[in-house]
Amino acid sequence: MTLTSLTISGARDKLQSGEFSSEELIKEHISTVEKCKNLNAFITSTPEIALDLARKSDARRARGETLGGMDGIPIGIKDLFCTEGVLTTAASHILDGFIPPYESTVSGNLRSGGAVMIGKTNMDEFAMGSANITSHYGPVKNPWYLNDGKDRVPGGSSGGSASAVAANLCLGAAASDTGGSIRQPASFCGIVGMKPTYGRCSRWGMVAFSSSLDQAGPLTKTVRDASIMLQSMVSHDPKDSTSSPEVIPNFEAAITGDIRGLKVGIPEEYRISEMSPEIDKLWSKGVELLKSAGAEIVDVSLPHTKYALPTYYIIAPAEASSNLARYDGVRYGLRVDGSDLNDMYEATRGEGFGKEVKRRIMIGTYVLSAGYYDAYYLKAQKVRSLIIQDFNDIFDRVDVLLTPTTPFAAFPIGEKMDDPVQMYINDIFTVPASMAGLPSLSLPGGLSDEGLPLGLQLITKAFDEETLFQCGDILEKQINFSHQAPYIEEIGS
Amino acid sequence: MAIDKAKVKEIAKLARMKVADKDESELATELNQILDWIEQLDEVDTKNVLPVTSVTSEILSQRDDKVTNLDQKDKVLANSPSDNSDFYVVPKVVE
Repeated sequence: MTLTSLTISGARDKLQSGEFSSEELIKEHISTVEKCKNLNAFITSTPEIALDLARKSDARRARGETLGGMDGIPIGIKDLFCTEGVLTTAASHILDGFIPPYESTVSGNLRSGGAVMIGKTNMDEFAMGSANITSHYGPVKNPWYLNDGKDRVPGGSSGGSASAVAANLCLGAAASDTGGSIRQPASFCGIVGMKPTYGRCSRWGMVAFSSSLDQAGPLTKTVRDASIMLQSMVSHDPKDSTSSPEVIPNFEAAITGDIRGLKVGIPEEYRISEMSPEIDKLWSKGVELLKSAGAEIVDVSLPHTKYALPTYYIIAPAEASSNLARYDGVRYGLRVDGSDLNDMYEATRGEGFGKEVKRRIMIGTYVLSAGYYDAYYLKAQKVRSLIIQDFNDIFDRVDVLLTPTTPFAAFPIGEKMDDPVQMYINDIFTVPASMAGLPSLSLPGGLSDEGLPLGLQLITKAFDEETLFQCGDILEKQINFSHQAPYIEEIGS
Repeated sequence: MAIDKAKVKEIAKLARMKVADKDESELATELNQILDWIEQLDEVDTKNVLPVTSVTSEILSQRDDKVTNLDQKDKVLANSPSDNSDFYVVPKVVE
């Protein structure tokens, strides 16, 4: 066994028993990152910082101290978390050269927990995308491929993070999810992705896309690893008024190995025409597995499901157009000179934003503009109320929902790019939980007929991450997904 | 509903974002595609529905109104594309 094929929980135990040091673990991951540069999973590598942190972790351990489950563990940090002294780009040209003078709360929490950042991972520009093809730093490759010579997308927007974890470049990655940006790439790359309840993680220092939806979460190889990593990310933060003061449970302790009597809801509206038959099959298999583990299966209805995606494409661009107004070329990042101040703003933003970001700023500006606000934005916020009400109604009767994560498997880079709406369909199953701020988790459910990973998604009521981990762990054991990305074999990572 | 090239120009102006002339018609087509698709929301009866103002039922927490980070001019200006004596430099605004 190589050190890069470990899980977080496995590495934690072996670091504790002294089988190897954090420095050894980090060195092996750093050299793997070097070897796997063609995936384009990282925008910036930080090997010196990583080695320094690893040595400090080893010194702590030698004194008999440890900072918890993440101490000495190599992780990637999505390049939208501000990291003090380390380039932070959100994969956009407009943040050229931006070196934050402060640390985001989430990455700071991980660092305080001893986690070792080995680099900043690639992503869709400003987290807008579902294929990691909108990055200013180029597309990311999925370590999963077929024998047709075509590179697959890793999903997005956290494509670099998912690709890095799936290809053994790091044991986990801190990412963010606005409409599915953790769960959809987890599904495409055959790993676990988890979005906690809105408010569990502080958004302070995280480059803002859509403030009522953005939430940080972990990408890991197992459900248990997600519980360990999430523990280190969450906190109530006075610097983010929407960060929750709810009591934070011990997430790993929720993994009891028993789901007898758990009520699992199957929402009929998730059986859509765009879904491939093999996804339907996978979903049914998941239902059977949970039933055999002692869960009670309940058919439920979430009647406004189909409206979640169009609602999202009003609310998210509206909030984005407002959040991205700060990029004006005055205080940081790119500046393109102009004849006067307005011309400088327009030139900077015209050159600094990529195509998809521009498209969304245009939509957002339009739906918020005078005369259209009621018809679009207000209407969307009302439909969002109905979507939230749907979930409230069924969580009286069930503990958790089981759905597919994506309607299809990873597609080749360059496909599905002609029509923006076709690309948006990627997030059809992940957006509803985002709209309601609910925790949800994607785990590998199996392989498609062609041989690409497909994910299953669990959703619970707000602040019930424990049930997600409890149920996710059982499903993971029952599915026993033992495949690994072909790239790992090819490169030996 | 139709967003034409003139409307694209107008929205781009509101967003303070230069859009090249050659990109205007493509952008108009894409925006129309998206807005046509969004129009399905008209099917939903929202007459007696209140809009969402907060995702969770949490009450937003407040912190003490205290100054915590003072005198960080150097840090604040470190990323500036152009500055002079503790100020950001921009093109002349007042004639």
